[in-house]
Amino acid sequence: MARSLSRINAGGGGAVALWILKICAFLAIFVTFGIVFSLLLESVRFFSFISPVDFLFGVDWSPETLYHTPTNPRDWGGFGILPLLSGSFLITLIALIVAVPLGLMIAIYTREYASSTARSLIKPVVDILAGIPTIVYGFFALGAVTPFLQKMGAVFHVTISPQSALGVGIVMGLMILPFIASLSDEALGSVPRDLRDSSLALGATLSETICHIVVPAAFPGIMSAFLLAASRAVGETMLVVMASGLSAHLTLNPLDSATTVTVQIVSLLTGDGAFDSPKTLSAFALGLILFLITLSLNIVAHHLVRRHIKKRGV
Amino acid sequence: MSIHGASIQNNRLKKRYGADRRFRIWCGLSVWVVVIFLAVLFFGIGREARFAFWKTEIALDIPQSFSGDLPSMMGAGLALDGRGISPNQGASDLLSPGSIKVFDAVPPVLPARVWVPAADDVNHFFSKKSNRHLVEADRRLTDGQVDYLDKLTQKGRVRQVFNYRFWTEGDARDPEFAGIHGAFWGSLYLLFVTFLIALPIGVGAAIYLEECAPSGFFFRLIDVSVSNLAAVPSIVFGLLGLAIFLNVAHLPRSSPLVGGMTLALMTLPTLIITARSALKSVPPSIRMAALALGASPIQMIFHHVLPMAFPGIVTGVLISIARAMGETAPLLMVGMMAYVPGGASGFLSPSSALPVQIFAWARNPEPGFMGHAAAGILVLLGLLIFFNSLALWVRRTFDHRV
Repeated sequence: MARSLSRINAGGGGAVALWILKICAFLAIFVTFGIVFSLLLESVRFFSFISPVDFLFGVDWSPETLYHTPTNPRDWGGFGILPLLSGSFLITLIALIVAVPLGLMIAIYTREYASSTARSLIKPVVDILAGIPTIVYGFFALGAVTPFLQKMGAVFHVTISPQSALGVGIVMGLMILPFIASLSDEALGSVPRDLRDSSLALGATLSETICHIVVPAAFPGIMSAFLLAASRAVGETMLVVMASGLSAHLTLNPLDSATTVTVQIVSLLTGDGAFDSPKTLSAFALGLILFLITLSLNIVAHHLVRRHIKKRGV
Repeated sequence: MSIHGASIQNNRLKKRYGADRRFRIWCGLSVWVVVIFLAVLFFGIGREARFAFWKTEIALDIPQSFSGDLPSMMGAGLALDGRGISPNQGASDLLSPGSIKVFDAVPPVLPARVWVPAADDVNHFFSKKSNRHLVEADRRLTDGQVDYLDKLTQKGRVRQVFNYRFWTEGDARDPEFAGIHGAFWGSLYLLFVTFLIALPIGVGAAIYLEECAPSGFFFRLIDVSVSNLAAVPSIVFGLLGLAIFLNVAHLPRSSPLVGGMTLALMTLPTLIITARSALKSVPPSIRMAALALGASPIQMIFHHVLPMAFPGIVTGVLISIARAMGETAPLLMVGMMAYVPGGASGFLSPSSALPVQIFAWARNPEPGFMGHAAAGILVLLGLLIFFNSLALWVRRTFDHRV
C-alpha cells in the first residue's frame, strides 16, 4: 500500500502536497539532529575550558566559585559531575524501590484479581496519577512530604534534612508508578493463556502461578518497564528542582539532601551570566550526559522487548 | 499413619491457601496506597488553596473633610473613633502595603467607607485559631496589633471576602494583589503558538510516514528518531530552545513565541505517534475503495482517510495540549521565569505561564504565596480535567467505529 503511493504520479497538485508532507517529516528528524548538534557543539566549547576527564571523574562541583584562591588556581570553580550523578542515582533508586513493587502489584491485582467493575475504577485512578503535572508533585514534596519526614526524624532522634533524598524519591516513585503499572500490565497480558492454565490445572494456587509462572514469563517486559521508568526518573526536573537541594556532595545517604543533574542545569541557566562562561556552557555538557543516559536506557528497554517478542514468535 | 499423612498434607494446603490470600491482600493494599496518596494530595492542596480564595479586608472610614495625601488619608481612615486621628505605625501595618492601589480605581468623591485588603500577616493570623494564643515573639503580629484588630472586628470593620483579585489580576509583589489572570493568558498564548506549529507539522509527518513513505533508510531514520524523541527529558528540549531560538535566532527572551516554539518541539513526537496510530486504525478497505473509484492518492488521503482518522487525531491533540500545559522545565530554560506584573500583552513581550507562575509562587519566601501556588495548581488541574474530558467526549461522540 505505502509503496504503491510513492510510485503513482499524483499530478501537479499531488506532487506539491507530497513535498509538503515530506518537509514535515524532515522537520521531525531536524529536531533530533538539532538536539544532538546543539548539545555537542556547546559541550565541545565547554571542554575547551575544562578537560573531559576532570568533568567526568571530578568529585568537586562548585560552578559558583569564580575567584582565585590558593587551593583553586583556575578562573572557575569545580566541574566534577560525580556528585550530581550520585544524587540522580540515589533519588532514582529510591523512586524505583517505591514504584516497582507497588506498580507491579497493582498490575497483578488489576489483571488477575480485580472484578471488571473494580478494574474500571482502578484504571482511572492510575491515569489521574499519570496526568498530574510534575510541578504538582514538586509542590506536594516541598510542602508536605519532606517536612513530614523531618518531623518524624525528630521524633526518633534521627537528623533528616528538610530536602532529603528520601522524601523526593518517595514522591518521585509515586510519580513514575503509573508508568510501571501500565507497562507491566501489558507485559503480564502478553503471557500466553495456556501457560497460566496448565499451572492452575496442576494444582498451583493463583498466587503461586503468578509468582512462579506468569511474572517470570513476563520478566523481559517488566524489566523494560523498569528501565523506561528509570529513564523518566533520571530526566525528571521540576520535582527535584522544587524539593531537593542545590549543594553538591558525594553521598548515598538517603536522609541527606542530594542534588541532581537536572537541578544543576536549571540553576546554572536561570541565573544571570555571560553565555560564554564555562559555568553556563557546563549546563549543555550536563544536558548531553542526561540525553545519553536516557537514550541508552530507552534503547536497551526497546531492545529487550523486541528480542522477547522475536523469541516467542508473536 | 495415613491419617497423620493426610493432616500434614492438609496443613500444607492450608498454608498455601493462606499464602494465596495474603498475596491477594497485599496486591489490593497497593491499590489503596495510591488511592490514599491521591486523597492526601488533593486534600492538602485544597486546604492550602483556600487561603488564596478567601482574604481579609479592613474597612477605612474616611472623614469627608479630609485633605492630604493618600497614605495619611488611609491612616486617618483606619482610626477607630472616626475623627481622623491617625493611629500608630503598627496599626497601619495591618493594611496590605499595596492597598493604596485600591484608591486608583475609586472615583474622585470618596465614599465614607472603603474596604481595603489586609496585610499578609493578618491573613496568616486568621488562618489558625491557635495563633492568638502564641507568645508575641512567635507570632507575626504584635500584641498591640492584635488588640487593634480585635477593636476593628468589634466595630464590624474586618471581614473575610471572596478574593476576586485572584481571578482578575496578574502577578504582584504582595499576595493580596497577585492573581492568576496574567499567567492564564500567558499559557493560552503559549499553547496557541505551540499548536499552530506542532499540529500541521505533526499531522503532515504522520501522514507521510503512514501513507506515503517508501520503507527505506529515510523512513527508518524518522521512525527511530520520533520514537526516541518521545522519551527525551523535557529539559533537554528546553536546552534546544535556548540554543536555537535565543542564542542563534535572537528571538525575544521570556516571550510566548519562544516558549510556544520550544513546547512545540517537545509535543511534536507524541503528536506524530498519536496521529500515526489514528491513521493506522483506518481500515485499508477505505483506501482501496477510494483508489478504485479513481481518486488520486492525495485525494484519497485528504478526502477519505484523514476525515476518518480525525477523531483520533483530535483526541491526541487535546491530550498533548494537557501535557504541554503542565510542562515547566523547558519554559524555565527559555527564561519564562521573569516577574511580569500585570500579565501577557502579546506574543513578543515577556509573559508568564501557569506552571511557571505556580513554581515562582511556591518558592517565594512570603508565606501568603503558598496559598496562591496551591490555588494555581487547582486552576491548572481544572484545565487539565477540562481538556481530558473534552478528548474523551470527542472520542465517544465522533468515533463511530469503536
